[in-house]
Amino acid sequence: MNIDRLVALAVLGWAMLAAWPAQAADNTARSLAATCTGCHGTNGVSAGGIPTIAGLEQARIVTLLQEFRDGKRPSTVMQQHAKGYTDEQIELIAAWFAARK
Amino acid sequence: MSISRREFLKWSSAAGASAAAGVSLRARAAGGRVVVIGGGFGGATAAKYISMWAPEVRVTLIERNREFISCPLSNRVLAGQMTLQDLTRGYGALSAKYGVDVLHEEVTQIDPERRIVETTRGTSVGYDRLIVSPGIDLLFDEIPGLNSAEARAKILHAWKAGPQTIALRKQLEAMPDGGVYAICIPKAPYRCPPGPYERACQVAWYFKNAKPKSKVLILDANEKVISKEGLFTKAWKEMYPGMVEYRPNSTLVDVDASSNTAKLEFEDVKADVLNVVPPQRAADIAMKTGLITANNKWCGVDYRSFESTVRNNIHVLGDAIVAAPLMPKSGHMANQHAKVCAAAVIELLDGGQVNPNPMLTNTCYSFVSAKDVIHVASVHKYDPEKKTLVTVQGAGGVSSAPNEMEGSFAEAWGRNIWADMLG
Repeated sequence: MNIDRLVALAVLGWAMLAAWPAQAADNTARSLAATCTGCHGTNGVSAGGIPTIAGLEQARIVTLLQEFRDGKRPSTVMQQHAKGYTDEQIELIAAWFAARK
Repeated sequence: MSISRREFLKWSSAAGASAAAGVSLRARAAGGRVVVIGGGFGGATAAKYISMWAPEVRVTLIERNREFISCPLSNRVLAGQMTLQDLTRGYGALSAKYGVDVLHEEVTQIDPERRIVETTRGTSVGYDRLIVSPGIDLLFDEIPGLNSAEARAKILHAWKAGPQTIALRKQLEAMPDGGVYAICIPKAPYRCPPGPYERACQVAWYFKNAKPKSKVLILDANEKVISKEGLFTKAWKEMYPGMVEYRPNSTLVDVDASSNTAKLEFEDVKADVLNVVPPQRAADIAMKTGLITANNKWCGVDYRSFESTVRNNIHVLGDAIVAAPLMPKSGHMANQHAKVCAAAVIELLDGGQVNPNPMLTNTCYSFVSAKDVIHVASVHKYDPEKKTLVTVQGAGGVSSAPNEMEGSFAEAWGRNIWADMLG
């Protein structure tokens, strides 16, 4: 196999490997995040009165949701919502909103 | 450079595997056509989200009203705390910002075989996928005394926000001090489970401040308060002592409109203002199109995509559907249905895989006074064995007590969700 062919296959293979989990995870994350946007605004940009979450640091969002879930941070509705999601879902949601800069 | 056909096919099989996993590595198919019927919490959200997530898809929204008026929060108009204008939004942004083709016409007919929607204006719109989010129609036929336009103009429901909301407020304003406001609640399921109890609170608050000798009588066909029971019962007792009477197991069988009399099974109850929320079902267009599957009232759907269980390529959202267990008929829920459906429709148009694990959440806020609010929340996930959405154990709940902070969250919820639908 010559070098050109190797490179072509490597690029093709890398593109597929790079795209596949990102695409699937992106759509899953996007749909999970969409469960938040009725209150927090489309794409996490609030119309006021409820915090904007778009562009917050991913780790911060994860920490906040965990603190709400565990009752370490007082809340009215957020503990009740945060308890509905798995750690993996929380990571995906946090990453998605963090990327809405 | 060149790649042998055999080598290309070796890599292509990897692409095939990832396509099966729900990923489209080829360029997105050139669009497809979606028609959405109904521009409320479900339909407007679906139209916007499909356009936002898949701009190559042509989306047409058919909504007969030129403006959206939110029924959620409209009980506050009855207390003089909000105006109809506060609750009103236009459809301009859907077209200007998202490229949705908005038609203010009424659908007369859906042809599921030819995939065409027809309107009163003679417009014919073809679709690849149709989303029907038509809301409810009220079953006046089940209350014989409401069989005339005259009777219906006097005995109001105000269960669709707009002129009826204003008219009911006027009836309350005109009522003398010491009068009785009675509200009749139909058997569940109905649109907005906490709505009638919130309305009782709003009217009681208005009476307490404006005509304190007056009474609020709740005639509920259900066996008990079906939403936030403890919180509403406590609010009536503590905030409006001696003013609010709650009667369960009180099904309305008829009315005498001329005397404002509610006829229950075993007694007649006269009121100065009689407000009847009639039994309801999925709106006429759903019935006409054969989408109703349960109790002659509600449309069965696959909860992963909201596709009708009986009509291919047609999805149903919002109050019109057969609700999953513990899933309320709420605006918040319809907005959630719409996003799950939007994602699914985009995949289906593209030959992709629908998300097998949708999540949905709900928060319903109720104003028990001018500023104090109580909520109920739930989180729902898909159960593949039961083939339905179930509530996530340990999640969800209600407020510990009415409070003003939730009052400001409730107002903010309104602004945010209307912007999420239409902005």
